[in-house]
Amino acid sequence: MTRARSLSRSLTRALPVAPAVVLLLLFLAGPIAYCAYIAFTDLQLTGQAEDSFVGFDNFRTAFGDEAFLNAVWLTLVFTVISALLGQNTLGLGLAMLMQRASKPVRTLTGAVVITAWVLPEVVAGFLLYAFFRREGTLNAILDWLRLPTQNWLFTLPILAVSFANVWRGTAFSMLVYSAALNEIPKEITEAAEVDGAGGWRRMWHITLPMIRRSIGTNLMLITLQTLSVFGLIWVMTRGGPGGKSQTLPLFMYEEAFQKSMIGYGTAVALLLLVVGSLFSVFYLRLLRTEV
Amino acid sequence: MPRTLSSRRTTHRLAADAGLLAVAAAFVLPLAWVILSSVDTNANLQVKLPDGVTPDNFDAVLTPDITFTPLLNSLLLCGGGTALTVACAALAAYPLSRFRSRFNRPFLLTILFATSLPITAIMVPVYALFVQVNLIDTMQGTIFFFAASQLPFAIWLMKNFMDGVPKELEEAAWTDGASALQSLVRVVLPLMGPGVAVVTVFSFVMMWGNFFVPFMLLLTPDQMPAAVSINEFFGNRGTVVYGQLAAFSIIYSTPVILLYVLVARRLGGGFALGGAVKG
Repeated sequence: MTRARSLSRSLTRALPVAPAVVLLLLFLAGPIAYCAYIAFTDLQLTGQAEDSFVGFDNFRTAFGDEAFLNAVWLTLVFTVISALLGQNTLGLGLAMLMQRASKPVRTLTGAVVITAWVLPEVVAGFLLYAFFRREGTLNAILDWLRLPTQNWLFTLPILAVSFANVWRGTAFSMLVYSAALNEIPKEITEAAEVDGAGGWRRMWHITLPMIRRSIGTNLMLITLQTLSVFGLIWVMTRGGPGGKSQTLPLFMYEEAFQKSMIGYGTAVALLLLVVGSLFSVFYLRLLRTEV
Repeated sequence: MPRTLSSRRTTHRLAADAGLLAVAAAFVLPLAWVILSSVDTNANLQVKLPDGVTPDNFDAVLTPDITFTPLLNSLLLCGGGTALTVACAALAAYPLSRFRSRFNRPFLLTILFATSLPITAIMVPVYALFVQVNLIDTMQGTIFFFAASQLPFAIWLMKNFMDGVPKELEEAAWTDGASALQSLVRVVLPLMGPGVAVVTVFSFVMMWGNFFVPFMLLLTPDQMPAAVSINEFFGNRGTVVYGQLAAFSIIYSTPVILLYVLVARRLGGGFALGGAVKG
């Protein structure tokens, strides 16, 4: 076969990929490239005919801007509480309990937790808004237990939205861990049990090492999902009061649209994208044997 | 007397049951609120038994203005986006799964990389770009973006499902003179029906629940999908009628819950996506 013929055969075979590639280039790679460009300009929404190149000004502004640093801090708090501590450990705990629980209880709990996950983002936001409001369910329960109540969305908004995200996101970790635990051969844990290894030792020395790849994958994916949460926080607090629950996506939105500083907002978006890409690369390394 | 293994197992099972039920009780509270409030004549923000059960809340929101137009918009957006995603993903997955090429690995790695990018971050530049090319506030622009944002994961899933279809059946079709496209449509896709169903339902559910994309890209109230129009209950209608908000939330959420149940059942209750994301 000649070179030209083999090339034309490769092209014919690659043809079906074309529509997907065109869509991805135009609507995903295009905006990302554009993002990298306007982050270095002073593009605004109104009152400006031309945008001009301002170099690293937007980034310099960001790192000197208390509101930005506040958003970085809150994003970190939000990610650690809701993804690393909440969804991850609760998901793992639920998956482990499910291994031992009776079938009806397992099915019931699974259904409730998964429903919270399948619900649209905005609906989940409203349900938890109602739960945490001053006149909401949480305070009613605390009152009934004679514990002090407070206006959660006002006093501890970042905690409220973090718990909301745990409520919404735990199912994902639970499913990933259930799948992983189901693949551990029964003989191994049973042998350890017969040898007299207690529950904690079995978990520490057998179960966790055997599912460590799933732990890595899960942590990576939920971190990335949590980094980009917008609707849930927007519905519950709009980032307020006074920026106390304003994570980076909400900060980016406010700068770009409420203050019309598209260039600055995009610089923040680019930083978020870079952090996300780093996580994404780690994720690929974790999976590298699979592709 | 030392406890036997089986009595210890029973204790463990009861403890596990109790633990799970406690978590389920905590998780169910917000869900109970939306269900009870939707039929309550006098709903407020607390979980409580209805003062009187009534269909009034549903009656009140089942109007073209509040429910039917936004749901139709959601259906157009997510249906269009899903159709585009699934068609492009099926076509793209075929050569990736069937032919060896040195481009496969880099392409799949790029796709996997794009799968985990925080799409939220690019909404501001997408807005700016859409203004420049006159796609802002158009259904088709939003559909294209929805499809593109869902494509990496859809291609990845579709390729993995396609790898599970044996090549021999297709080779038989080729011998009979079928083209690659014919064998894809007539042989491969029908054989991976559950896989196609998972990709379709997953894409649709993701788009149906997405708030930020239509919130940014659509401006005209008539074009708003339910994800965005639900905000109206808080904004322009004065005091919030919580019963109606709850009723609307239920109407808006039902399709995705049903679709999820359908797919989960079809796959034997297992979690197909678990296979796709596990390490």
